[in-house]
Amino acid sequence: MPYIPHTAEDVRAMLDRIGVDAIESLFDEIPRALRVEELAGVPAALSEMEVSRLAAARADQDGRRLNFIGAGAYEHHIPAPVWALATRGEIYSAYTPYQAEASQGTLQMMYEFQSMIAGLTAMDVANASLYDGASALAEACLMAVRAHRRSKSARILMPSTVNPVWRRVAGVITEGQGLVLEPVPYDPARGVIDATVLERFQGQDLTAIVIQQPNYFGQLEDAEALTRFARANGALVIAAVNPVSLALLTPPGEWGEGGADIACGDAQPFGVPLSSGGPYVGFMACRMEHVRQMPGRIAGRTVDLDGKNGYTLTLQAREQHIRRGKATSNICTNQGLLMTAATIHLALLGPAGLERVAGACAARTRELVASLTALPGVRAAFAGPRFHEAVLQFGRPVAPLLEALAAAGIVGGHDLSRDYPELGHALLVCATETRTAEDIEHYARTLARLT
Amino acid sequence: MSDIPDDLRYTKSHEWVRTLPDGSVEIGITDHAQQSLGDLVFVEVPEAGRVLAAGDGCAIVESVKAASDVYSPLGGEVIAGNAQLASQPELINQDPYGQGWILRLKPSGRAADVPLDAAGYAAEIATGS
Repeated sequence: MPYIPHTAEDVRAMLDRIGVDAIESLFDEIPRALRVEELAGVPAALSEMEVSRLAAARADQDGRRLNFIGAGAYEHHIPAPVWALATRGEIYSAYTPYQAEASQGTLQMMYEFQSMIAGLTAMDVANASLYDGASALAEACLMAVRAHRRSKSARILMPSTVNPVWRRVAGVITEGQGLVLEPVPYDPARGVIDATVLERFQGQDLTAIVIQQPNYFGQLEDAEALTRFARANGALVIAAVNPVSLALLTPPGEWGEGGADIACGDAQPFGVPLSSGGPYVGFMACRMEHVRQMPGRIAGRTVDLDGKNGYTLTLQAREQHIRRGKATSNICTNQGLLMTAATIHLALLGPAGLERVAGACAARTRELVASLTALPGVRAAFAGPRFHEAVLQFGRPVAPLLEALAAAGIVGGHDLSRDYPELGHALLVCATETRTAEDIEHYARTLARLT
Repeated sequence: MSDIPDDLRYTKSHEWVRTLPDGSVEIGITDHAQQSLGDLVFVEVPEAGRVLAAGDGCAIVESVKAASDVYSPLGGEVIAGNAQLASQPELINQDPYGQGWILRLKPSGRAADVPLDAAGYAAEIATGS
Protein backbone atom coordinates (compact mmCIF):
# COMPACT_ATOMS: atom_id res chain seq x y z
CA MET A 1 0.00 0.00 0.00
CA PRO A 2 1.71 3.25 -1.09
CA TYR A 3 1.98 6.10 1.36
CA ILE A 4 0.49 9.18 -0.27
CA PRO A 5 1.54 12.40 1.44
CA HIS A 6 -0.23 15.69 0.93
CA THR A 7 1.83 18.15 -1.04
CA ALA A 8 1.92 21.80 -0.01
CA GLU A 9 -0.41 22.44 -3.00
CA ASP A 10 -2.87 19.79 -1.76
CA VAL A 11 -2.94 21.39 1.68
CA ARG A 12 -3.39 24.87 0.21
CA ALA A 13 -6.26 23.68 -1.99
CA MET A 14 -8.04 22.07 0.97
CA LEU A 15 -7.61 25.16 3.17
CA ASP A 16 -8.87 27.40 0.36
CA ARG A 17 -11.89 25.20 -0.13
CA ILE A 18 -12.96 25.56 3.50
CA GLY A 19 -11.91 29.19 3.68
CA VAL A 20 -9.14 28.93 6.24
CA ASP A 21 -5.76 30.72 6.03
CA ALA A 22 -3.50 28.24 7.76
CA ILE A 23 -3.71 24.87 9.48
CA GLU A 24 -2.80 26.58 12.76
CA SER A 25 -6.03 28.55 12.70
CA LEU A 26 -8.01 25.27 12.83
CA PHE A 27 -6.81 25.02 16.42
CA ASP A 28 -7.72 28.58 17.41
CA GLU A 29 -10.24 27.45 20.02
CA ILE A 30 -7.52 25.71 22.03
CA PRO A 31 -6.01 28.29 24.40
CA ARG A 32 -2.35 29.10 23.77
CA ALA A 33 -1.39 28.02 27.26
CA LEU A 34 -2.60 24.48 26.58
CA ARG A 35 -0.68 24.03 23.36
CA VAL A 36 2.60 22.18 23.17
CA GLU A 37 4.83 24.36 21.05
CA GLU A 38 7.78 22.06 21.05
CA LEU A 39 8.26 18.46 22.06
CA ALA A 40 10.87 18.65 24.79
CA GLY A 41 12.86 15.46 25.11
CA VAL A 42 12.21 14.32 21.57
CA PRO A 43 15.57 14.31 19.83
CA ALA A 44 16.24 15.74 16.41
CA ALA A 45 15.44 13.58 13.40
CA LEU A 46 17.74 10.66 12.70
CA SER A 47 18.47 8.97 9.40
CA GLU A 48 16.97 5.55 8.69
CA MET A 49 20.39 3.96 9.25
CA GLU A 50 20.78 5.67 12.61
CA VAL A 51 17.28 4.65 13.70
CA SER A 52 17.92 1.04 12.68
CA ARG A 53 21.14 0.91 14.69
CA LEU A 54 19.44 2.44 17.72
CA ALA A 55 16.48 0.07 17.56
CA ALA A 56 18.74 -2.98 17.12
CA ALA A 57 20.83 -1.93 20.12
CA ARG A 58 17.71 -1.49 22.26
CA ALA A 59 16.35 -4.86 21.11
CA ASP A 60 19.65 -6.52 22.06
CA GLN A 61 19.11 -5.38 25.64
CA ASP A 62 16.26 -7.90 25.81
CA GLY A 63 18.75 -10.64 25.11
CA ARG A 64 17.63 -14.16 24.44
CA ARG A 65 16.70 -15.16 27.92
CA LEU A 66 15.14 -18.40 28.94
CA ASN A 67 11.66 -17.45 30.06
CA PHE A 68 9.77 -19.00 32.99
CA ILE A 69 7.33 -16.16 33.50
CA GLY A 70 3.62 -16.26 32.74
CA ALA A 71 1.35 -14.24 35.03
CA GLY A 72 -1.17 -13.44 32.32
CA ALA A 73 0.88 -13.54 29.11
CA TYR A 74 2.41 -16.74 27.83
CA GLU A 75 5.24 -17.71 25.53
CA HIS A 76 4.10 -20.31 23.03
CA HIS A 77 5.56 -21.58 19.81
CA ILE A 78 4.10 -19.57 16.94
CA PRO A 79 4.28 -21.50 13.65
CA ALA A 80 5.84 -19.44 10.84
CA PRO A 81 2.69 -19.42 8.66
CA VAL A 82 0.76 -17.45 11.31
CA TRP A 83 2.48 -14.13 10.75
CA ALA A 84 3.43 -14.86 7.14
CA LEU A 85 -0.33 -14.97 6.45
CA ALA A 86 -1.46 -12.33 8.95
CA THR A 87 0.93 -9.73 7.51
CA ARG A 88 -0.19 -10.19 3.91
CA GLY A 89 -1.31 -6.82 2.61
CA GLU A 90 -4.91 -7.92 2.10
CA ILE A 91 -5.25 -8.56 5.82
CA TYR A 92 -2.61 -6.36 7.40
CA SER A 93 -3.81 -3.08 5.93
CA ALA A 94 -7.53 -3.83 5.95
CA TYR A 95 -8.51 -1.94 9.07
CA THR A 96 -12.18 -1.46 8.38
CA PRO A 97 -14.18 -0.39 11.37
CA TYR A 98 -17.74 -0.34 10.13
CA GLN A 99 -20.07 -2.50 8.14
CA ALA A 100 -19.93 -0.71 4.85
CA GLU A 101 -16.19 -0.94 4.41
CA ALA A 102 -15.45 -4.34 5.98
CA SER A 103 -14.28 -6.83 3.38
CA GLN A 104 -15.80 -10.28 3.15
CA GLY A 105 -12.43 -11.79 4.05
CA THR A 106 -12.20 -9.72 7.25
CA LEU A 107 -15.77 -10.59 8.18
CA GLN A 108 -15.19 -14.27 7.54
CA MET A 109 -12.10 -14.17 9.74
CA MET A 110 -14.21 -12.71 12.57
CA TYR A 111 -16.83 -15.37 12.00
CA GLU A 112 -14.24 -18.16 12.19
CA PHE A 113 -12.67 -16.64 15.32
CA GLN A 114 -16.10 -16.41 17.00
CA SER A 115 -16.87 -20.01 16.05
CA MET A 116 -13.58 -21.21 17.52
CA ILE A 117 -14.02 -19.25 20.76
CA ALA A 118 -17.62 -20.42 21.11
CA GLY A 119 -16.46 -23.99 20.52
CA LEU A 120 -13.58 -23.79 23.00
CA THR A 121 -15.66 -22.18 25.75
CA ALA A 122 -18.81 -24.24 24.95
CA MET A 123 -20.81 -21.00 25.03
CA ASP A 124 -23.64 -20.15 22.62
CA VAL A 125 -22.15 -17.07 21.01
CA ALA A 126 -18.86 -15.15 20.92
CA ASN A 127 -18.01 -11.66 19.72
CA ALA A 128 -15.30 -10.65 17.26
CA SER A 129 -12.77 -9.89 20.06
CA LEU A 130 -12.08 -7.05 22.48
CA TYR A 131 -8.88 -5.21 23.35
CA ASP A 132 -7.36 -7.61 25.86
CA GLY A 133 -8.21 -9.98 28.69
CA ALA A 134 -8.23 -7.28 31.36
CA SER A 135 -10.66 -4.97 29.55
CA ALA A 136 -12.73 -8.01 28.51
CA LEU A 137 -13.16 -8.83 32.20
CA ALA A 138 -14.19 -5.22 32.90
CA GLU A 139 -16.70 -5.39 30.04
CA ALA A 140 -17.99 -8.72 31.37
CA CYS A 141 -18.69 -7.10 34.76
CA LEU A 142 -20.58 -4.20 33.13
CA MET A 143 -22.44 -6.65 30.93
CA ALA A 144 -23.48 -8.76 33.92
CA VAL A 145 -25.03 -5.70 35.56
CA ARG A 146 -26.99 -4.93 32.38
CA ALA A 147 -28.04 -8.55 31.89
CA HIS A 148 -29.09 -9.27 35.48
CA ARG A 149 -32.01 -6.90 35.79
CA ARG A 150 -33.43 -8.44 38.96
CA SER A 151 -30.24 -7.74 40.87
CA LYS A 152 -30.13 -4.14 42.07
CA SER A 153 -26.84 -4.19 43.92
CA ALA A 154 -24.32 -4.06 41.01
CA ARG A 155 -22.16 -6.05 43.39
CA ILE A 156 -19.71 -8.50 41.88
CA LEU A 157 -17.56 -10.96 43.80
CA MET A 158 -14.01 -10.52 42.55
CA PRO A 159 -11.86 -13.15 44.28
CA SER A 160 -8.23 -12.36 45.02
CA THR A 161 -7.27 -15.42 42.95
CA VAL A 162 -8.10 -13.35 39.84
CA ASN A 163 -5.13 -11.75 38.03
CA PRO A 164 -4.37 -8.57 40.07
CA VAL A 165 -3.72 -6.50 36.94
CA TRP A 166 -7.08 -7.52 35.50
CA ARG A 167 -8.74 -6.70 38.83
CA ARG A 168 -7.19 -3.24 38.80
CA VAL A 169 -8.26 -2.59 35.22
CA ALA A 170 -11.79 -3.82 35.97
CA GLY A 171 -11.87 -1.56 39.03
CA VAL A 172 -10.83 1.54 37.09
CA ILE A 173 -13.27 0.90 34.23
CA THR A 174 -16.29 0.02 36.39
CA GLU A 175 -16.01 2.26 39.44
CA GLY A 176 -17.39 5.35 37.71
CA GLN A 177 -20.48 3.31 36.84
CA GLY A 178 -21.26 2.42 40.42
CA LEU A 179 -20.14 -1.20 40.41
CA VAL A 180 -18.83 -2.71 43.62
CA LEU A 181 -16.13 -5.34 43.14
CA GLU A 182 -16.11 -7.28 46.37
CA PRO A 183 -12.88 -9.11 47.21
CA VAL A 184 -13.04 -12.75 48.32
CA PRO A 185 -9.97 -14.21 50.08
CA TYR A 186 -8.39 -17.50 49.07
CA ASP A 187 -7.79 -20.70 50.99
CA PRO A 188 -4.12 -20.39 52.09
CA ALA A 189 -3.56 -24.14 51.81
CA ARG A 190 -4.90 -24.68 48.29
CA GLY A 191 -4.66 -21.23 46.67
CA VAL A 192 -8.29 -21.30 45.49
CA ILE A 193 -11.43 -19.37 46.44
CA ASP A 194 -12.29 -20.16 50.04
CA ALA A 195 -15.71 -21.82 49.94
CA THR A 196 -16.34 -21.18 53.64
CA VAL A 197 -15.88 -17.44 53.07
CA LEU A 198 -18.36 -17.58 50.20
CA GLU A 199 -21.03 -18.76 52.60
CA ARG A 200 -20.92 -15.32 54.20
CA PHE A 201 -22.49 -13.96 51.03
CA GLN A 202 -25.35 -16.43 51.04
CA GLY A 203 -28.76 -14.84 50.61
CA GLN A 204 -27.33 -11.42 49.68
CA ASP A 205 -28.10 -9.57 46.44
CA LEU A 206 -25.12 -10.47 44.25
CA THR A 207 -25.04 -9.58 40.58
CA ALA A 208 -22.27 -11.96 39.61
CA ILE A 209 -19.20 -13.86 40.67
CA VAL A 210 -15.95 -13.93 38.70
CA ILE A 211 -14.18 -17.28 38.50
CA GLN A 212 -10.74 -17.35 36.91
CA GLN A 213 -9.83 -20.83 35.70
CA PRO A 214 -6.99 -21.72 36.04
CA ASN A 215 -6.61 -18.95 38.58
CA TYR A 216 -3.75 -16.47 38.81
CA PHE A 217 -1.72 -18.92 40.92
CA GLY A 218 -2.18 -21.60 38.25
CA GLN A 219 -4.41 -23.56 40.63
CA LEU A 220 -7.70 -25.08 39.48
CA GLU A 221 -10.78 -23.63 41.13
CA ASP A 222 -13.74 -25.88 41.89
CA ALA A 223 -15.69 -24.26 39.07
CA GLU A 224 -18.55 -26.75 39.40
CA ALA A 225 -19.24 -25.95 43.05
CA LEU A 226 -18.72 -22.21 42.57
CA THR A 227 -21.18 -22.14 39.67
CA ARG A 228 -23.73 -24.04 41.75
CA PHE A 229 -23.22 -21.52 44.58
CA ALA A 230 -23.86 -18.68 42.14
CA ARG A 231 -27.01 -20.31 40.73
CA ALA A 232 -28.37 -21.00 44.21
CA ASN A 233 -27.83 -17.36 45.16
CA GLY A 234 -29.21 -15.83 41.98
CA ALA A 235 -25.84 -14.52 40.78
CA LEU A 236 -24.50 -14.70 37.25
CA VAL A 237 -21.19 -16.46 36.60
CA ILE A 238 -18.37 -14.67 34.77
CA ALA A 239 -15.65 -17.10 33.71
CA ALA A 240 -12.17 -15.72 33.00
CA VAL A 241 -10.34 -18.51 31.26
CA ASN A 242 -7.02 -19.28 29.63
CA PRO A 243 -8.11 -20.57 26.22
CA VAL A 244 -5.22 -23.05 25.93
CA SER A 245 -6.35 -24.79 29.11
CA LEU A 246 -9.80 -25.40 27.61
CA ALA A 247 -8.37 -28.25 25.56
CA LEU A 248 -8.05 -30.15 28.85
CA LEU A 249 -10.43 -28.58 31.35
CA THR A 250 -14.23 -28.49 31.49
CA PRO A 251 -15.23 -25.43 29.43
CA PRO A 252 -17.24 -22.69 31.18
CA GLY A 253 -20.36 -23.51 29.15
CA GLU A 254 -20.48 -26.84 31.00
CA TRP A 255 -19.76 -25.66 34.55
CA GLY A 256 -22.27 -26.52 37.25
CA GLU A 257 -25.91 -26.50 36.22
CA GLY A 258 -26.33 -24.66 32.95
CA GLY A 259 -22.78 -23.32 32.71
CA ALA A 260 -21.30 -19.86 33.09
CA ASP A 261 -23.23 -16.86 31.79
CA ILE A 262 -20.26 -14.98 30.33
CA ALA A 263 -16.80 -16.27 29.46
CA CYS A 264 -13.90 -13.96 28.73
CA GLY A 265 -10.14 -13.99 28.60
CA ASP A 266 -7.08 -13.22 26.56
CA ALA A 267 -6.40 -15.03 23.30
CA GLN A 268 -2.75 -13.91 23.41
CA PRO A 269 -1.53 -17.52 23.76
CA PHE A 270 -2.73 -18.05 20.18
CA GLY A 271 -0.23 -16.52 17.80
CA VAL A 272 0.54 -13.33 19.70
CA PRO A 273 4.15 -12.88 20.84
CA LEU A 274 5.09 -11.43 24.22
CA SER A 275 5.78 -7.77 23.65
CA SER A 276 6.09 -5.43 26.60
CA GLY A 277 2.51 -5.91 27.69
CA GLY A 278 0.70 -5.81 24.42
CA PRO A 279 -1.17 -5.36 22.25
CA TYR A 280 -2.98 -8.57 23.15
CA VAL A 281 -6.45 -9.71 22.17
CA GLY A 282 -9.47 -10.19 24.42
CA PHE A 283 -12.34 -12.53 23.75
CA MET A 284 -15.86 -12.77 25.10
CA ALA A 285 -18.63 -15.32 24.80
CA CYS A 286 -22.02 -15.70 26.46
CA ARG A 287 -25.28 -17.56 26.68
CA MET A 288 -27.72 -16.63 23.93
CA GLU A 289 -30.15 -15.03 26.39
CA HIS A 290 -27.55 -12.34 27.19
CA VAL A 291 -26.39 -11.66 23.62
CA ARG A 292 -28.02 -8.22 23.36
CA GLN A 293 -26.05 -7.04 26.35
CA MET A 294 -22.72 -8.21 24.91
CA PRO A 295 -20.39 -5.35 23.91
CA GLY A 296 -18.51 -5.28 20.65
CA ARG A 297 -19.46 -6.70 17.33
CA ILE A 298 -20.52 -10.02 15.91
CA ALA A 299 -20.04 -11.16 12.32
CA GLY A 300 -22.81 -13.39 11.06
CA ARG A 301 -23.06 -15.71 8.08
CA THR A 302 -25.94 -15.47 5.67
CA VAL A 303 -26.70 -16.04 1.99
CA ASP A 304 -27.04 -13.35 -0.66
CA LEU A 305 -29.77 -13.09 -3.31
CA ASP A 306 -28.00 -15.71 -5.41
CA GLY A 307 -27.78 -18.13 -2.50
CA LYS A 308 -24.02 -17.62 -2.05
CA ASN A 309 -22.44 -17.48 1.39
CA GLY A 310 -21.88 -13.98 2.66
CA TYR A 311 -20.76 -12.43 5.94
CA THR A 312 -22.09 -9.34 7.62
CA LEU A 313 -21.85 -7.50 10.91
CA THR A 314 -24.93 -8.28 12.91
CA LEU A 315 -26.37 -7.18 16.24
CA GLN A 316 -24.60 -3.85 16.00
CA ALA A 317 -27.69 -1.80 16.82
CA ARG A 318 -26.27 -1.17 20.31
CA GLU A 319 -22.82 -0.15 19.22
CA GLN A 320 -21.43 3.32 19.75
CA HIS A 321 -21.89 4.61 16.21
CA ILE A 322 -25.64 4.02 16.56
CA ARG A 323 -26.42 4.32 20.28
CA ARG A 324 -23.78 6.91 21.16
CA GLY A 325 -23.73 7.43 24.94
CA LYS A 326 -26.18 4.57 25.47
CA ALA A 327 -24.05 2.00 23.65
CA THR A 328 -23.31 -1.24 25.48
CA SER A 329 -19.66 -0.20 25.48
CA ASN A 330 -17.57 2.74 24.46
CA ILE A 331 -14.89 0.36 23.25
CA CYS A 332 -16.71 -0.49 20.08
CA THR A 333 -14.06 -2.08 17.99
CA ASN A 334 -12.27 -5.38 17.88
CA GLN A 335 -8.62 -6.36 17.87
CA GLY A 336 -8.62 -7.26 14.18
CA LEU A 337 -5.03 -8.10 13.33
CA LEU A 338 -4.28 -10.12 16.45
CA MET A 339 -7.63 -11.87 16.17
CA THR A 340 -6.54 -12.86 12.67
CA ALA A 341 -3.26 -14.28 13.96
CA ALA A 342 -5.09 -16.16 16.72
CA THR A 343 -7.55 -17.61 14.22
CA ILE A 344 -4.79 -18.78 11.88
CA HIS A 345 -2.84 -20.28 14.78
CA LEU A 346 -5.88 -22.16 16.07
CA ALA A 347 -6.75 -23.38 12.59
CA LEU A 348 -3.21 -24.73 12.19
CA LEU A 349 -3.28 -26.46 15.57
CA GLY A 350 -6.73 -27.99 15.32
CA PRO A 351 -8.34 -29.63 18.34
CA ALA A 352 -5.76 -32.43 18.60
CA GLY A 353 -2.82 -30.05 18.25
CA LEU A 354 -4.20 -27.71 20.90
CA GLU A 355 -4.67 -30.64 23.25
CA ARG A 356 -1.02 -31.63 22.72
CA VAL A 357 0.13 -28.07 23.47
CA ALA A 358 -1.99 -27.88 26.62
CA GLY A 359 -0.82 -31.31 27.76
CA ALA A 360 2.82 -30.38 27.18
CA CYS A 361 2.37 -27.14 29.17
CA ALA A 362 0.92 -29.02 32.13
CA ALA A 363 3.65 -31.70 31.96
CA ARG A 364 6.53 -29.18 31.69
CA THR A 365 5.17 -27.25 34.66
CA ARG A 366 4.92 -30.43 36.73
CA GLU A 367 8.58 -31.14 35.90
CA LEU A 368 9.58 -27.57 36.71
CA VAL A 369 7.86 -27.66 40.10
CA ALA A 370 9.38 -31.06 40.89
CA SER A 371 12.91 -29.90 39.93
CA LEU A 372 12.79 -26.62 41.80
CA THR A 373 11.11 -27.89 44.95
CA ALA A 374 13.79 -30.61 45.17
CA LEU A 375 16.18 -27.77 46.06
CA PRO A 376 16.60 -26.93 49.74
CA GLY A 377 14.53 -23.94 50.87
CA VAL A 378 12.10 -24.08 47.93
CA ARG A 379 8.56 -25.34 48.37
CA ALA A 380 5.27 -25.24 46.48
CA ALA A 381 2.94 -22.76 48.18
CA PHE A 382 -0.26 -24.62 47.41
CA ALA A 383 -1.49 -28.19 47.20
CA GLY A 384 -4.03 -29.33 44.65
CA PRO A 385 -4.31 -29.54 40.86
CA ARG A 386 -2.85 -26.84 38.64
CA PHE A 387 -2.40 -26.13 34.93
CA HIS A 388 0.82 -24.49 33.74
CA GLU A 389 1.76 -22.13 36.55
CA ALA A 390 2.69 -22.58 40.19
CA VAL A 391 3.59 -20.48 43.21
CA LEU A 392 6.91 -21.35 44.86
CA GLN A 393 8.01 -20.05 48.24
CA PHE A 394 11.64 -19.32 49.11
CA GLY A 395 13.48 -18.89 52.36
CA ARG A 396 14.76 -15.49 51.30
CA PRO A 397 13.66 -12.49 49.23
CA VAL A 398 12.86 -13.26 45.63
CA ALA A 399 13.91 -9.99 43.97
CA PRO A 400 17.70 -10.48 44.36
CA LEU A 401 17.32 -14.09 43.20
CA LEU A 402 15.54 -12.94 40.07
CA GLU A 403 18.31 -10.41 39.41
CA ALA A 404 20.97 -13.09 39.74
CA LEU A 405 19.00 -15.42 37.48
CA ALA A 406 18.59 -12.63 34.92
CA ALA A 407 22.33 -12.10 34.92
CA ALA A 408 22.61 -15.81 34.09
CA GLY A 409 20.15 -15.40 31.19
CA ILE A 410 17.05 -16.76 32.94
CA VAL A 411 13.77 -14.94 33.53
CA GLY A 412 12.91 -16.88 36.64
CA GLY A 413 9.28 -15.95 37.27
CA HIS A 414 7.05 -13.20 38.61
CA ASP A 415 7.71 -11.82 42.10
CA LEU A 416 4.42 -11.94 44.03
CA SER A 417 5.56 -9.92 47.04
CA ARG A 418 3.86 -6.72 45.89
CA ASP A 419 0.41 -8.17 45.15
CA TYR A 420 0.42 -10.97 47.74
CA PRO A 421 2.73 -9.91 50.61
CA GLU A 422 1.08 -12.51 52.87
CA LEU A 423 2.70 -15.26 50.78
CA GLY A 424 6.16 -14.18 51.92
CA HIS A 425 8.99 -14.74 49.45
CA ALA A 426 6.79 -16.07 46.68
CA LEU A 427 7.46 -16.54 42.98
CA LEU A 428 4.96 -17.37 40.24
CA VAL A 429 6.59 -19.66 37.67
CA CYS A 430 5.38 -21.02 34.35
CA ALA A 431 6.60 -23.53 31.80
CA THR A 432 4.88 -23.86 28.43
CA GLU A 433 5.54 -26.33 25.63
CA THR A 434 8.47 -24.11 24.58
CA ARG A 435 10.56 -25.20 27.61
CA THR A 436 12.51 -28.43 27.26
CA ALA A 437 13.70 -30.83 29.94
CA GLU A 438 17.20 -29.33 29.45
CA ASP A 439 15.83 -25.79 30.00
CA ILE A 440 14.24 -26.89 33.25
CA GLU A 441 17.39 -28.66 34.39
CA HIS A 442 19.42 -25.57 33.53
CA TYR A 443 17.10 -23.40 35.61
CA ALA A 444 17.29 -25.80 38.58
CA ARG A 445 21.10 -26.04 38.39
CA THR A 446 21.51 -22.28 38.16
CA LEU A 447 19.15 -21.73 41.07
CA ALA A 448 20.97 -24.36 43.14
CA ARG A 449 24.19 -22.38 42.71
CA LEU A 450 22.47 -19.19 43.87
CA THR A 451 20.56 -20.51 46.89
CA MET B 1 -50.40 7.79 6.03
CA SER B 2 -50.12 6.52 9.54
CA ASP B 3 -52.94 5.47 11.82
CA ILE B 4 -53.67 7.72 14.84
CA PRO B 5 -56.66 6.50 16.88
CA ASP B 6 -58.80 9.28 18.39
CA ASP B 7 -59.25 7.70 21.83
CA LEU B 8 -55.55 7.73 22.83
CA ARG B 9 -53.12 10.35 24.17
CA TYR B 10 -49.71 10.87 22.58
CA THR B 11 -46.23 12.23 23.24
CA LYS B 12 -43.85 14.07 20.93
CA SER B 13 -41.49 11.11 21.34
CA HIS B 14 -44.08 8.86 19.65
CA GLU B 15 -45.56 6.93 22.56
CA TRP B 16 -49.30 6.39 22.99
CA VAL B 17 -51.28 5.98 26.21
CA ARG B 18 -54.61 4.22 26.68
CA THR B 19 -56.61 4.37 29.93
CA LEU B 20 -58.02 0.96 30.83
CA PRO B 21 -61.34 0.47 32.71
CA ASP B 22 -59.54 -0.28 36.00
CA GLY B 23 -57.67 3.04 35.90
CA SER B 24 -54.36 1.54 34.81
CA VAL B 25 -52.78 2.65 31.53
CA GLU B 26 -51.35 0.80 28.56
CA ILE B 27 -48.37 2.25 26.71
CA GLY B 28 -46.93 1.54 23.30
CA ILE B 29 -45.31 3.24 20.33
CA THR B 30 -47.26 4.76 17.47
CA ASP B 31 -47.83 3.47 13.98
CA HIS B 32 -45.68 6.34 12.72
CA ALA B 33 -42.87 5.28 15.07
CA GLN B 34 -42.95 1.63 13.99
CA GLN B 35 -42.95 2.68 10.34
CA SER B 36 -39.89 4.87 10.89
CA LEU B 37 -38.01 2.15 12.76
CA GLY B 38 -38.72 -0.58 10.26
CA ASP B 39 -38.84 -4.28 11.13
CA LEU B 40 -38.31 -4.75 14.83
CA VAL B 41 -36.05 -7.63 15.86
CA PHE B 42 -36.00 -7.24 19.63
CA VAL B 43 -37.93 -5.46 22.35
CA GLU B 44 -36.77 -5.07 25.93
CA VAL B 45 -39.75 -4.53 28.23
CA PRO B 46 -39.64 -3.45 31.90
CA GLU B 47 -40.26 -5.86 34.74
CA ALA B 48 -43.37 -5.68 36.90
CA GLY B 49 -42.81 -3.64 40.06
CA ARG B 50 -40.38 -1.17 38.55
CA VAL B 51 -41.23 2.40 39.53
CA LEU B 52 -40.92 4.95 36.74
CA ALA B 53 -40.94 8.73 36.68
CA ALA B 54 -42.58 10.45 33.72
CA GLY B 55 -39.98 10.67 30.94
CA ASP B 56 -37.92 7.70 32.16
CA GLY B 57 -36.67 5.24 29.58
CA CYS B 58 -38.93 2.24 30.12
CA ALA B 59 -38.24 -0.02 27.13
CA ILE B 60 -35.89 -0.43 24.18
CA VAL B 61 -37.10 -1.22 20.69
CA GLU B 62 -34.45 -2.55 18.37
CA SER B 63 -34.65 -2.77 14.61
CA VAL B 64 -31.96 -4.05 12.28
CA LYS B 65 -30.46 -0.58 12.09
CA ALA B 66 -30.98 1.01 15.45
CA ALA B 67 -32.01 0.58 19.06
CA SER B 68 -34.24 3.32 20.46
CA ASP B 69 -35.53 4.11 23.90
CA VAL B 70 -39.21 4.26 24.73
CA TYR B 71 -39.97 6.93 27.34
CA SER B 72 -42.76 6.50 29.82
CA PRO B 73 -45.34 9.28 29.25
CA LEU B 74 -46.47 8.97 32.88
CA GLY B 75 -44.91 8.08 36.19
CA GLY B 76 -46.09 5.03 38.10
CA GLU B 77 -45.46 1.41 38.91
CA VAL B 78 -45.13 -1.16 36.14
CA ILE B 79 -47.89 -3.78 36.34
CA ALA B 80 -46.64 -5.83 33.41
CA GLY B 81 -44.43 -5.78 30.34
CA ASN B 82 -45.79 -7.47 27.22
CA ALA B 83 -44.08 -10.87 27.44
CA GLN B 84 -45.25 -11.86 23.95
CA LEU B 85 -42.86 -9.32 22.45
CA ALA B 86 -39.90 -11.44 23.54
CA SER B 87 -40.66 -13.99 20.86
CA GLN B 88 -42.76 -11.80 18.55
CA PRO B 89 -41.32 -8.26 18.37
CA GLU B 90 -43.08 -7.93 15.00
CA LEU B 91 -46.38 -7.51 16.86
CA ILE B 92 -45.41 -3.85 17.23
CA ASN B 93 -45.09 -3.56 13.45
CA GLN B 94 -48.31 -5.46 12.79
CA ASP B 95 -50.57 -4.08 15.51
CA PRO B 96 -48.93 -1.14 17.29
CA TYR B 97 -52.06 -0.07 19.18
CA GLY B 98 -53.28 -3.57 20.05
CA GLN B 99 -51.20 -6.71 20.52
CA GLY B 100 -48.09 -4.57 20.21
CA TRP B 101 -48.60 -2.80 23.54
CA ILE B 102 -45.34 -2.59 25.51
CA LEU B 103 -46.23 -2.07 29.16
CA ARG B 104 -49.07 -1.52 31.60
CA LEU B 105 -48.63 0.98 34.36
CA LYS B 106 -50.43 1.93 37.57
CA PRO B 107 -50.02 5.64 36.93
CA SER B 108 -49.34 8.30 39.51
CA GLY B 109 -50.71 10.99 37.16
CA ARG B 110 -53.67 11.16 34.77
CA ALA B 111 -53.57 10.08 31.15
CA ALA B 112 -55.25 13.38 30.30
CA ASP B 113 -51.99 15.09 31.33
CA VAL B 114 -50.12 13.40 28.48
CA PRO B 115 -49.56 16.38 26.21
CA LEU B 116 -51.11 15.50 22.84
CA ASP B 117 -54.47 14.29 21.58
CA ALA B 118 -54.82 12.61 18.18
CA ALA B 119 -55.12 15.90 16.30
CA GLY B 120 -52.14 17.35 18.17
CA TYR B 121 -50.01 14.32 17.39
CA ALA B 122 -51.06 14.36 13.73
CA ALA B 123 -49.95 18.00 13.54
CA GLU B 124 -46.71 17.11 15.30
CA ILE B 125 -45.69 14.43 12.82
CA ALA B 126 -46.89 16.52 9.90
CA THR B 127 -44.26 19.13 10.83
CA GLY B 128 -41.71 16.37 10.53
CA SER B 129 -40.39 16.18 14.07
